[in-house]
Amino acid sequence: MKYVVAIIQPDRLDSVIEALTEEEINLMTVSEVLGRGRQKGLTEVYRSHREPGNLLRKIKVEVAIRDDRLWQVVDAVRRGAYTGTIGDGKIFVFNLDECIRIRTGETGEAALA
Amino acid sequence: MSSALVLLMTPGLALFYGGLVRRKNILSVFMQCLMAVCVVGLQWVLFGYSLAFGPDHGGVIGGLSYAALHNVTLAPNPSYGPTVPHLLFMVFQMMFAVITPALIVGAFAERLKFSAFLLFAVLWATIVYDPLAHWVWAVGGFLRNYGALDFAGGIVVHISAGMSALAAALVVGRRRSYPDTGPPHNLALVVLGAALLWFGWFGFNGGSALSSGGLSTLAFVNTQLAAMSGAIAWVFLDWFLAKRPTTLGLLSGLIAGLAAVTPASGFVSPMAGLAIGAVAGALCYFSVMVVKAKLGYDDSLDAFGIHGVAGTWGVLAVGLWATVSFNSHGANGLFHSGAHLLLVQFVAVLVSAVYSFVMSFGLFKLVDKLVGLRVTEDEERIGLDLTQHRESAYTSLG
Repeated sequence: MKYVVAIIQPDRLDSVIEALTEEEINLMTVSEVLGRGRQKGLTEVYRSHREPGNLLRKIKVEVAIRDDRLWQVVDAVRRGAYTGTIGDGKIFVFNLDECIRIRTGETGEAALA
Repeated sequence: MSSALVLLMTPGLALFYGGLVRRKNILSVFMQCLMAVCVVGLQWVLFGYSLAFGPDHGGVIGGLSYAALHNVTLAPNPSYGPTVPHLLFMVFQMMFAVITPALIVGAFAERLKFSAFLLFAVLWATIVYDPLAHWVWAVGGFLRNYGALDFAGGIVVHISAGMSALAAALVVGRRRSYPDTGPPHNLALVVLGAALLWFGWFGFNGGSALSSGGLSTLAFVNTQLAAMSGAIAWVFLDWFLAKRPTTLGLLSGLIAGLAAVTPASGFVSPMAGLAIGAVAGALCYFSVMVVKAKLGYDDSLDAFGIHGVAGTWGVLAVGLWATVSFNSHGANGLFHSGAHLLLVQFVAVLVSAVYSFVMSFGLFKLVDKLVGLRVTEDEERIGLDLTQHRESAYTSLG
């Protein structure tokens, strides 16, 4: 099993969810995060207080998936999140040791979907 | 009506300041501003009003004949608002007395103990505000006798609070994380606060006419024009000098204009009001963006940089633009006759600024000896809301 973490631009979330749904991938966790990559962030100015190179708003999408469906997830995220400009984001793939459904106690791939 | 408008300005001020601090300290700002209303209000009816507006003793103080509102009834006081009940004049003035110490909160936000604040507020009201109000506004007050003109509180409110704020910044010292003090945590609240202040200011200046009619109209108009021109000045300075117009800049210019026109609103023509606001916006811009950074004192929310500087300018501006053609109870300033009024205003500024600064400096030292001024380093890091009040304004989970 794999655990996919994708950092994307906030305004691409709807497209990403749509693309994942088209692939019948419906389980995900979404959170708001702050981050920066090569985009160094903008300097914010509040009267005499300057905040240089601030962190930018991003969205994190997390999906747990079977090994054989990994590239469906990655391709769907890229389809939804791509704009061609710096700041589109990154996808990280982790090995997932175990997955347990809280309600039934099922484990492994049966608990994934 | 006006009293209610001015009262609204203290919660407005609380929101303005609250949005500017870090989220862990917003409630402490509210507590300080709103408790100031309550305890200074209590002090006002017990003896503060009497000290300020009681029958004069030696040009310096009002004595205690009105203590506990003795002799303050529904019948008008012929010297103070002859067309309204004396009780109303008392409560209108109360709103000024309570918001002034709340202004000083801006200087020591995020690091003062609540107990220290309460003690300071009551002592300050008694020793700084009440005498100053007496000197400038009471029949027999020596600055009033000398001819100083302060329509709604440039001296009594803005200079006193501003200079006290400077004393506070120096005695209390910088925040420990200075200069990493964080951006405003919620500018939207600052906008809301500024809107309430703007609205309430019509009561602050307009109501100071103590009647409804021509004079209050003049004050109302001047208030609005100075707000607008102050905002425009700061926004354009931001735009040209710092590359971007900012919301906080707009609000700061707005407040600077409003503060500056406060002493002048009932004495000058509308065009003068426009000019006063614009200059205030520019002066305060430099005071905050250039002078404060260079001198390195931590006046957290620019109470001195905006109220002190704008108030001083406004009081002096009365000496330039006052004209009896709009208010026969005023006088003529430099542009309408000679320099005498300007000199009088200058003296009034000097007396009030020095008095406020020195007394506040001493009071802060005293309060430090009695209860200690600052929270501990750990408490400052965790935040005053949790450590002083065991509350959180924004519960993040559930």
